[in-house]
Amino acid sequence: MVKFSEDKLKEVQSMIDRYPEGKQKSALIPLLHLAQEEFGGWLSAETMDYVGSLLGIEPIEVYEVATFYSMYNLQPVGKHVFEVCHTGPCMLKGSDDIIGYIKSTLGIKVGETTADGMFTLKTVECLGACGYAPMMQMGIDYREHLTETKVDEIIAACRNKQ
Amino acid sequence: MAEAVKTVKVTIDNITVDVPVGTTILQAARMIGGDVVPPAMCYYSKLQGSGGKCRTCLVEVSKGSEADPRPMPKLVASCRTGVMDGMEVKNMTSPKVEDARNGVVEFLLLNHPLDCPVCDQAGECHLQDLGYQHGKQGTRYEFKRRTFEKHDLGPYIQLHMTRCILCYRCVFTADQLTDKRSHGILSRGDHAEIATYIEKSLDNNFIGNVIDVCPVGALTDKTFRFKNRVWFTKPVNAHRECKCCSGKVTLWQRGEEVLRVTARKDQWGEVEEWICNECRFEKKKTTDWTIEGPTHVSRHSVISQGHYENTIKPKETFTAVHGGRNPQLLMDIHSVSEVNDPSIDLSQINGPATSDVYNHSTKQA
Amino acid sequence: MATKLLLAKAHVEGIRHFEVYRREGGYAAVEKALKMEPAAIVEEVKKSGLRGRGGAGFPAGMKWSFLAKPEGVPRYLVCNADESEPGTFKDRYLMEFLPHLLIEGLVVSSFALGSNRTYIYIRGEYAWIVGILEQAIAEAKQNGFLGKNILGSGFDCEIYVQRGAGAYICGEETALIESLEGKRGNPRIKPPFPAIKGLWDCPTVVNNVETLAAVVPIMNMGGEEYAKIGVGRSTGTKLISACGNINKPGVYEIDMTISVEEFIYSDEYCGGIANGKKLKACIPGGSSVPILPANLLLTTAKGEPRLMNYESLADGGFATGSMLGSGGFIVLDEDQCIVKNTLTLARFYRHESCGQCSPCREGTGWMEKILGKIESGKGAISDIDLLWDIQRKIEGNTICPLGDAAAWPVAAAIRHFRDEFEWHVNNPELCQTQNFGLAHYADPIHVPA
Ligand SMILES: Cc1cc2nc3c(=O)[nH]c(=O)nc-3n(C[C@H](O)[C@H](O)[C@H](O)COP(=O)(O)O)c2cc1C
Ligand code: SF4
Ligand code: SF4
Ligand code: FES
Ligand code: FES
Repeated sequence: MVKFSEDKLKEVQSMIDRYPEGKQKSALIPLLHLAQEEFGGWLSAETMDYVGSLLGIEPIEVYEVATFYSMYNLQPVGKHVFEVCHTGPCMLKGSDDIIGYIKSTLGIKVGETTADGMFTLKTVECLGACGYAPMMQMGIDYREHLTETKVDEIIAACRNKQ
Repeated sequence: MAEAVKTVKVTIDNITVDVPVGTTILQAARMIGGDVVPPAMCYYSKLQGSGGKCRTCLVEVSKGSEADPRPMPKLVASCRTGVMDGMEVKNMTSPKVEDARNGVVEFLLLNHPLDCPVCDQAGECHLQDLGYQHGKQGTRYEFKRRTFEKHDLGPYIQLHMTRCILCYRCVFTADQLTDKRSHGILSRGDHAEIATYIEKSLDNNFIGNVIDVCPVGALTDKTFRFKNRVWFTKPVNAHRECKCCSGKVTLWQRGEEVLRVTARKDQWGEVEEWICNECRFEKKKTTDWTIEGPTHVSRHSVISQGHYENTIKPKETFTAVHGGRNPQLLMDIHSVSEVNDPSIDLSQINGPATSDVYNHSTKQA
Repeated sequence: MATKLLLAKAHVEGIRHFEVYRREGGYAAVEKALKMEPAAIVEEVKKSGLRGRGGAGFPAGMKWSFLAKPEGVPRYLVCNADESEPGTFKDRYLMEFLPHLLIEGLVVSSFALGSNRTYIYIRGEYAWIVGILEQAIAEAKQNGFLGKNILGSGFDCEIYVQRGAGAYICGEETALIESLEGKRGNPRIKPPFPAIKGLWDCPTVVNNVETLAAVVPIMNMGGEEYAKIGVGRSTGTKLISACGNINKPGVYEIDMTISVEEFIYSDEYCGGIANGKKLKACIPGGSSVPILPANLLLTTAKGEPRLMNYESLADGGFATGSMLGSGGFIVLDEDQCIVKNTLTLARFYRHESCGQCSPCREGTGWMEKILGKIESGKGAISDIDLLWDIQRKIEGNTICPLGDAAAWPVAAAIRHFRDEFEWHVNNPELCQTQNFGLAHYADPIHVPA
């Protein structure tokens, strides 16, 4: 069963307190971020319903929002998610090559997760790091000025962390 | 100027009317009636917040108002733009509008399946009407049409997501007629789709109205018997004692059979009074109803009912104000499309009609 | 040396922290502002000529003066830190390095507008910046520059940071407000404008990060002095985020009198085109503004040097000019393919369309598909005309300007680089291994006598 710890529930309350009385629905987006972090990196229907119940809103109000924003994973993802930007400015700096390199190194296509559940590869649109391209996001961190060597290092570091 | 001005003057396609302050351009056009009325695929006067989305009702404002006569830089959605005193609007007299509207219709049809022959809505589909008026022969779209996963909404309502034009009317209906939010739009952009959780609110007595507001065949009545082409059925007004709603409906009959029950619609295709699920889905015997007489289906006439009270008949004749052009006639769809060939009796096809079972072999010449 | 009003202290050690920021003269603007009448602050901002730095360039003071002030209804200031227009990363830089500058600007602006609850809506991906901002907010509060009864003035103000969750459209101010209310980022149909009915239906001002930060130097030096910097209606300084095939990508503060040529080639800024290549084209103001070939970028159609400001970049309209936009300056060298570049942008706008209105929802995907076809060598000449027709039917016919933003890059690419598109069509195989190259795009433009 999904349920936040006491500590997290305090955090939830402090999020709700940022808005005027009765406007607690505004906390939905931050709360979904928190739920995604806490409950395995993705939002199951159960998680979404739970979040809705915390805010006193209908499940549909949660689904509408969760499916709109691209940062929410509606399916399970690997432990490490590589989100490589491929919009114009990054493309000009070789993002396609980096994506190709990750694909061949991990043996997966864009949108897939490695069999061991370690890595998921996604392409994303501009992340506001165009001057430091090519780049990708991993969790909350940005990895910029990517090269093949850097990608190797990142993958090795992830494997070592296990 | 002793009296405060309560009405304003607006001119649409050279016809001037006085309308109450706060009237939208579309409402003002409906007061005039006829060809100056822009088509509206998403706006629904009975649904708060509707409109603005489909962009079929775009018009040109060639003069903003008496006070500020500058034209508006872009075409505006007539359903969501209020009139100003002295405003001049061009709908069918504007080549820009014609051009933009052709574009909008093309966009709406882009991913829309060409399955009119098997669609329950054929014949009363606003998109089909629009397509005939503005569409070109053939599509310029050569890519695969969008598909969605199939969803079963239970015994009453049939959903064909591929036909949906995302007008949001069903969302507003479910939201405004039922006491709990249970219906909405999921995903975004060209993947957006209506939620399939309507089934959860099927216990709500008014949810069936989403069928009547849907301008296309995305939400249809699963209890519609024999899936007939609507033009083979005879609409009659009828009523019954009902505890939940007015009980005033239109029955779609063939012979003595009630094939379908819908709310009564006004000339703009809008429901006059919402009806309950029981009336719509459960009362399929003629004996359930008191028949009043044939439903008058009129679409291009000046109305004087509902909230369009201040209807003023223009003195000019349409032909005169349209620069000699004749007003467009309501098209006989049989004449323009083989798809609607009346000699094809789709009721002969067993079960739910799909494009697979439709072929010319069923054509009885 | 260029005037630096915003980034002058960006590299002072520890400037992220209150003590250092304060020691360097920070929060003087708050001290000054709280002794003034709110209306007088609005007046200073009007005098400064400051224009919105989020893209549209709408005069900030004028926007502030439109804010409705009904009795008993709260008013809100919302800082737009959604920054998602490809090529733009200046707000990120400002918030990362000078969080207190933004907070200071927000306190002054909140006081001027009467907002007791001010929100910073930041794009969800900038998660680490949330921490930096919240730290700065906490420090400002500890030191009495935020919270209850700021500096004993009786003015209360709280600033909250709200994270988005991945949606470019939430940079559009009404979509942002919807998102802040915990909803899908569907832009609202205007009117009503946020100044009348915004966040929770209360009067609201939405301004870009850089706009609000610029209020600090305006307060400190006075609106009139600020207006003396720059040229014409391009007053003050502007942050430009430069990227693409240049030697020194990064964020630069410019005073809007320098030429585009200087900006690209001077070592103080971009440092020239990388790897000794030649300049082919540039999108000077974020991905939605028209792309220009090298020749039209460096000089206007009249043959005058083009300057890095609102008026000069727009000189010639869309026929031969572009826009300063958000200041996202994207440079393409001679090896870049315009078709490919346009395709990635079309894909971006398709991906980011909220899907509410039909021209944008359907048209963006259609354009992407056709561009994909041309890019992969499967296009026909008629596809180029079709693309032109589609973009034309999207532009101006949508609910919000994302439709225009999607249409303009396609239109400009065809307008200026049609022969490159045709080359793709006519050389289906060659275009898969080779690029059209610089061609004539850098040739000096012929100015009719
Ligand atoms: C699709 C779209 C995206 C936008 N994205 C941003 C953005 O990321 N940041 C921003 O400051 N303004 C953005 N804007 C402009 C805002 O709508 C608004 O004009 C701006 O925040 C006003 O602030 P300013 O006057 O200070 O520039 C966007 C507009 C549109 C139509
Ligand atoms: S299902 Fe029908 S009513 Fe609902 S949004 Fe789609 S087209 Fe509109
Ligand atoms: S133009 Fe695009 S992003 Fe804007 S409201 Fe319409 S569909 Fe949404
Ligand atoms: S284009 Fe990749 S971060 Fe902007
Ligand atoms: S009816 Fe006006 S935009 Fe749809």
